[in-house]
Amino acid sequence: MLAIACLGRFWLVWVAISSVSAYAKAMADTSTIFALSSGAGKAGVAVIRVSGPAARETILRMAAPEVLDRRAGFRRIVHPLSGTQLDSALVLFFAGPRSETGEDIAEFQVHGGRAVVRSVLEALAHVPGCRMAEAGEFARRAFNNGKLDLVEIEGLADLVDAETDAQRRLALRSGGVLSTLYEAWRARLIEIAALTEAAIDFSDEGDVSTAAFNLALTRAHPLLRDIKAHLEDGHRGEILRDGFRVALLGPPNAGKSSLLNALARRDAAIVSELAGTTRDVIEVRLELNGFPVIVADTAGIRDAEGAIEQEGIRRSMSAAREANLILWLSETGFESPPSEISRETMIAIRSKVDLESPTTLQDYQDDSSPTLGISTKTGAGLDGLINVITQQASGALSDFDDAPVIARARHRAQLEIAAASLSDALGGSSDDLELRAEDIRRAAHALGRITGRVDVEDVLDQIFSRFCIGK
Amino acid sequence: MASKRFDVIVVGGGHAGCEAAAASARMGAATALVTHRADTIGEMSCNPAIGGLGKGHLVREIDALDGLMGRVADQAGIQFRLLNRSKGPAVHGPRTQADRKLYRQAMQAAIAETAGLTVIEGGVEDLIIDEGRVGGVILSDGARLSAAAVVLTTGTFLNGLIHMGDQQIPAGRTGEAPALKLSDRLYALGLTLGRLKTGTPARLDGKSIDWSGLEMQDADADPVPFSFLTDRITTRQIACGITRTTAATHDIIRANLAKSPMYSGQIGSVGPRYCPSIEDKVVRFADRASHQIFLEPEGLDDDTIYPNGVSTSLPVEVQAAFLRTMPGLENVVIRRPGYAIEYDYVDPRELTQALEVKRLPGLFLAGQINGTTGYEEAGAQGIAAGINAARLAGGGQADVAISRTEGYLGVMIDDLVSRGVSEPYRMFTSRAEFRLKLRADNADQRLTPLGIALGVVRSGRQAAYETKARALQQGFNLLNQFSITPNEGAKHGLSLNRDGKRRTAYELLAYPEIELSQLRSIWPELAEVTDGTARQLEVDARYAAYVRRQDEDVDGLRRDEAILIPADFDYATILSLSTEARTKLARQRPSTIAQAARIEGMTPAAVLVLLGHLKATTAALKSA
Repeated sequence: MLAIACLGRFWLVWVAISSVSAYAKAMADTSTIFALSSGAGKAGVAVIRVSGPAARETILRMAAPEVLDRRAGFRRIVHPLSGTQLDSALVLFFAGPRSETGEDIAEFQVHGGRAVVRSVLEALAHVPGCRMAEAGEFARRAFNNGKLDLVEIEGLADLVDAETDAQRRLALRSGGVLSTLYEAWRARLIEIAALTEAAIDFSDEGDVSTAAFNLALTRAHPLLRDIKAHLEDGHRGEILRDGFRVALLGPPNAGKSSLLNALARRDAAIVSELAGTTRDVIEVRLELNGFPVIVADTAGIRDAEGAIEQEGIRRSMSAAREANLILWLSETGFESPPSEISRETMIAIRSKVDLESPTTLQDYQDDSSPTLGISTKTGAGLDGLINVITQQASGALSDFDDAPVIARARHRAQLEIAAASLSDALGGSSDDLELRAEDIRRAAHALGRITGRVDVEDVLDQIFSRFCIGK
Repeated sequence: MASKRFDVIVVGGGHAGCEAAAASARMGAATALVTHRADTIGEMSCNPAIGGLGKGHLVREIDALDGLMGRVADQAGIQFRLLNRSKGPAVHGPRTQADRKLYRQAMQAAIAETAGLTVIEGGVEDLIIDEGRVGGVILSDGARLSAAAVVLTTGTFLNGLIHMGDQQIPAGRTGEAPALKLSDRLYALGLTLGRLKTGTPARLDGKSIDWSGLEMQDADADPVPFSFLTDRITTRQIACGITRTTAATHDIIRANLAKSPMYSGQIGSVGPRYCPSIEDKVVRFADRASHQIFLEPEGLDDDTIYPNGVSTSLPVEVQAAFLRTMPGLENVVIRRPGYAIEYDYVDPRELTQALEVKRLPGLFLAGQINGTTGYEEAGAQGIAAGINAARLAGGGQADVAISRTEGYLGVMIDDLVSRGVSEPYRMFTSRAEFRLKLRADNADQRLTPLGIALGVVRSGRQAAYETKARALQQGFNLLNQFSITPNEGAKHGLSLNRDGKRRTAYELLAYPEIELSQLRSIWPELAEVTDGTARQLEVDARYAAYVRRQDEDVDGLRRDEAILIPADFDYATILSLSTEARTKLARQRPSTIAQAARIEGMTPAAVLVLLGHLKATTAALKSA
């Protein structure tokens, strides 16, 4: 390890002479990484973990005015910029080195819903110094800090690989459209980088004119547009992976739990797993006519005074927000849902058609909420309901074959960096060519984390085949 | 037989050899430079120019380590031009045309004044090998020179073959018989070898050229020197001529392609894509009507002209015919025809980061023998090999590896030893992932402290560097003491974003439109900061935000570079790695985790597993 010793000496001298680079160095800091550390869509509680120097800051900005080491607190989780409430969660802090990674760790145990997890992850990215973790990065940090032994490493590596496998399987499921698309973007980005790098490295060559960089910008515009359009895909890939979410809402005793059980028992349904209870929300993962569907049963909604019940209702509303489809159940079909519930994704259901009803269906239908009638006792209307759910799920996933969807939040994060960097390259002054080139490199690097590295040799290949270099 | 003892022996007096020998001597090692003829030391055998894009960075880095090339080029340069002058300082490329004679003389003087360096004229026949280590060299007269380390910088001498038309001439370097025993010795080591090709254009008689109608390219009005120790350039500056190939040129070349060994199948090896022969240009870029050719004088009092851009292996009569179709060259006289040369090189993956041959401790290779091209690439490898050879000879370890995060030198050596080459390797700024940090202007800040720590920087440069570094630090501190709000700034005529944020004078200096003079009028105390210091701080400030953004990557890479993998590490036992990963690792034998991570197909999980096993093995070794 003499090289390290030598390096050490170098740093001593470096600091002693206090060269000007010392100031750049002093501002350097390891970044803080975060990720969902529990599986997606499986559990009622999702654990989001933050590791690094800004972990404490995430709690201060998003959860609590003070941070206590190794103490759990139930907190409102808010967005660090807007202050909007995202969820209520159990928040824990472990000061390094007494933590799993050896760094400061903040842990947010939020509700397992996709929307909640996504909003908290997106919010964390707004805390300065925080970014989404790379595959295996938590384990790597733990290893660096002497927190993992070999056996643990191997186990974790399996997990990381399994995760990659899942991604690959999903990519295959979309018929390889995704990888074809990203590969095509990579090729376009290599061309853009080649045109830019040529203008820097071969500016003294007769064959390379200053127009090369302008051409690069011309090519970057449509690429940026395509990536942005891809990012606005309504999160269909995540739906496909995690399941189409249906929330059962309604007043107490509207028959929500009975409906959940009835759905799970139908021939059309294959119950893949019965998840644990999320305090007051129960989720069941089903396959309805081949579509992955997660049905969430919630606490009954009414004007409640007790604090505990209010919390239950708040969670029901939260489940409603993250649902792709809300089934609003009431015995008569008469009850109107709370105004917060989005009418666009809601279907009102008369849940006990077997009971005597004072009026006919037509009397209480209003135009915005077509009402279905069912009975879990007799089984009436259940097939119809299943068809409606299936139709909705299929609608949410439609155009799937035409426009590929983003499979993972991690991909989304990298694509967002690529888009932002391309946008910087296009927006910045072209007088500062080397800075624009840096933006393009950053974009290529981000895309490369999905598709495989953009190697300098790829860029040079492009340059030498396009331009006659060698004066 | 006579026997002499040295610490380090450097074989070869080219650009790699000179830097290696001088660096070794500066490190305090008793060093011998063995070359056929002392009067060819520092010869520019190809294009008489130093620097350029990426290459200029290497010259600055050699200089930062107190090497010779920068100072020699400053004395010999006759057409200084700062390439990319209109772009940001991170991609400026200092370059000069050099007077071949002045360069050779200045290099020989620099070698002569290096204390502890002995020049020995002679051919090296063989290596002395002692218990699996290099113990010195045997000269052709039988004399034995012993040393703890030997640096071979013998260029293209391995199985060299010159091609000109259908003529083939076995050659080491032109006019020098190849040292057969030495090459046999290298072949016998069982090193992986590759074959490369390079070419050179004809040399022309300047008097036979009609310069009257040619476009001329002048030197910069304010030549920027290479060396941090050179104040100003005093050598007279000249202009180069520019001519072009014509349709007639292309016709002649096309008609004679069959006579070009490249196209007749006589040459199968790979030439550089960035320096194609004129045959290649005409064929591959058939749509180009014309190619620019620079007519570069080889010296102030030498009228030999180097026509840059027409390297060729066509028969000499065809060379003359196509040259005469270019404007100004209608009656040109060829002094020496162009030719292509094929040669074997040692796959640089046979080397450690210190450029030591893994299979033969004590033997270092630098320069073209490692598959590179260019004086600058050779010189930079030479200085790295010289430093390491001297450390080894001094009882230490050959363990100095400059990081990719600290210099182009590190980028180049890391590229070579971890990825090998498929064409002669040349430096480009594109190869440096931290280009905005690794600038020509801050090469001294990046590397001189390391050079001082290693003992390769002599006291004169050390003092100059420390004075400069102090001034920069003081300037930086001073500029950070003063700050201003946008409103206050407006009163002084500075238009700043009205965000209420205070900005320091240092931050303001980063704005392209704000001049130091304006800041001095706001804060008279800043008069203490000299223009030179302010200029450097301005460049630093310009890139500070980008450099900061990269710092995490830099730290990560540096950590990975610091984790060494033993040369004999057994990958076969890591069953949790895929067979493919195990095979690749065993074949490429990365010497650090950083190198392993760059091997194609290594997933983050695989790197993690490798790290775990490394740690387990190291722990087992310690407890054993």
